[in-house]
Amino acid sequence: MTSSSIALRTPRRNWWGAQPIGSLFALPYLVFVAVIFAYPLGFAVYIAFHDYFFTAPGVEVPKPFVGFDNFVTALTDPQVLESFRNTAVFLVINVPLTVVLGLVLATALDAGVRWASAYRIAFFVPYLTASVSLVGVWMLLFSSGGLVNAVLGPLAPDPSWLVNPALAMPTIALYVTWKQLGFYILLYLAALQNVPRELHESAETDGANGWQRFLNVTVPGVRATTTLVLILAIITGANLFTEPYLLTNGGGPDGASVTPVLLIYQRGIQQQNPDVAAAIGMILVIVVGLLSLIANRVNRET
Amino acid sequence: MRQTSSLLWLRYVLLTIAALMFAFPFYFMVVGAFQENPTNTPDQLVPQSGWTTQNFTNIDSRIDLAGSLVNSLVFTAGVLLGTVVFGLLAGYAMGRLDFRGRGVTWVLMLLVQMVPFQLLMIPLYVQITSSYGLGDTYLGMILPFAINTTAVFIFTQFFRALPREMFEAARIDGASELRILRSIAVPLVRPAIATVVLVTFIGPWNEFLWPFLITKDSSMQPLAVSLANYISNVAQSTSNANGAILAGATALAFPVVILFCLFQRYFTASDLGAAVKG
Repeated sequence: MTSSSIALRTPRRNWWGAQPIGSLFALPYLVFVAVIFAYPLGFAVYIAFHDYFFTAPGVEVPKPFVGFDNFVTALTDPQVLESFRNTAVFLVINVPLTVVLGLVLATALDAGVRWASAYRIAFFVPYLTASVSLVGVWMLLFSSGGLVNAVLGPLAPDPSWLVNPALAMPTIALYVTWKQLGFYILLYLAALQNVPRELHESAETDGANGWQRFLNVTVPGVRATTTLVLILAIITGANLFTEPYLLTNGGGPDGASVTPVLLIYQRGIQQQNPDVAAAIGMILVIVVGLLSLIANRVNRET
Repeated sequence: MRQTSSLLWLRYVLLTIAALMFAFPFYFMVVGAFQENPTNTPDQLVPQSGWTTQNFTNIDSRIDLAGSLVNSLVFTAGVLLGTVVFGLLAGYAMGRLDFRGRGVTWVLMLLVQMVPFQLLMIPLYVQITSSYGLGDTYLGMILPFAINTTAVFIFTQFFRALPREMFEAARIDGASELRILRSIAVPLVRPAIATVVLVTFIGPWNEFLWPFLITKDSSMQPLAVSLANYISNVAQSTSNANGAILAGATALAFPVVILFCLFQRYFTASDLGAAVKG
């Protein structure tokens, strides 16, 4: 999309281009990128490699270069390791559920369904709504005296969902799957429109039933979108903050739902160790980048 | 489409069960917000009596509902204004103008989409609170979201789709680029503006982490932050805290849901595809 349109434009008349005023129009955005992305990005790397701490404005204190010290501090902190384990638990539950439910519901919704827009709105509204609102609702639903346990009766877990070390993170994973699914359904709906109708028809002529067509035509047909969904779900999982902060009262019980971003907040701002927090952030970004690469590779080969 | 009837039947069952699971918490939220005593038992899910607006009064006495809503509104309006004005300028330049540095700007836009917020959180916090002294200010809240890169992408795509001849004719007539943008381009991309407003509105209105970090003064907090503080700190000491929480949740949720239902047709899957951060 980019290179072809650049090649098609009016031939450049001079070194500044035919409409040099364009740079002026783009300038506010470029300043924004410099101030809000480029500078903080460099600053984050600087903080992570120095003994950095908050000082009163105008006070100059040496902040010496310490190499990988902050990374060592972060990686030997049992809570940091636990936060990455918790994220792994989250991803193992959230990612497969998201891909399977997203694709199945989008396929069910795809063509020739009545009231399609009513279904779409129902699926999409949780995605639009503030997590703080919905977390408030889920807390009541999943509390020990809540509606979910009232329905489950003797099957209700004890200790209850959000205060149970084994269930806190799975409950958060369910919550996030529920909240985000509408967005992924929309992505899959758009992808399904690009699967050629003829493929379905020829598969049907060959005697494939609905399930076989789903596996052999639909699933391969939306592979690129599945990769996108995988990567977005991984990024969302790595960014968890609001849900453990509110649903489980800051990562409880006993740190069973603590997440890396929650630790960045606690270490960096509450406990005034921005250098260690920046190191956790860099480790997290590297892990997410690797996971995304693997997801991309695996989905392409299978 | 040839469908066996059993399969079609299965579709509706599947979709309906899922839709109920997605919609039920909203039903619970709205009904509970207007109940003297929100239910925790299934047989009282359709309440016959006990309707009240007291919950809204209760939450208002604890977190200044109106003030927080105004803060949310100012925060959101600031982000929208910056995004639409500067986004239109940048999108027009990227989509329709030939200038030196356009390729570089495009690459920068792609890179920005890849920078994760958790990496920027600490340096931005240091920058905005200590370097610029913007803690507890609207500007400090707005600044990290002041121009939405996704919006620039959406505007660029819309401007590219417009016929080239219109712009050339206007240029031959001697119109300045700013004039062309104002009188020709902007009126033609109204649907794009609606899409951008919808896509952008959700962000700051629902945003929790950033305003939570930089607002310590409760009179500056948007509703998402003050409601979260209420949930985690003061809920225990209120009578019928559940009703108050649901009332606050309803107040926070409804502006977006209403806006979405009104403008649903501008909110299409292809725009979302362009809106994906990755």
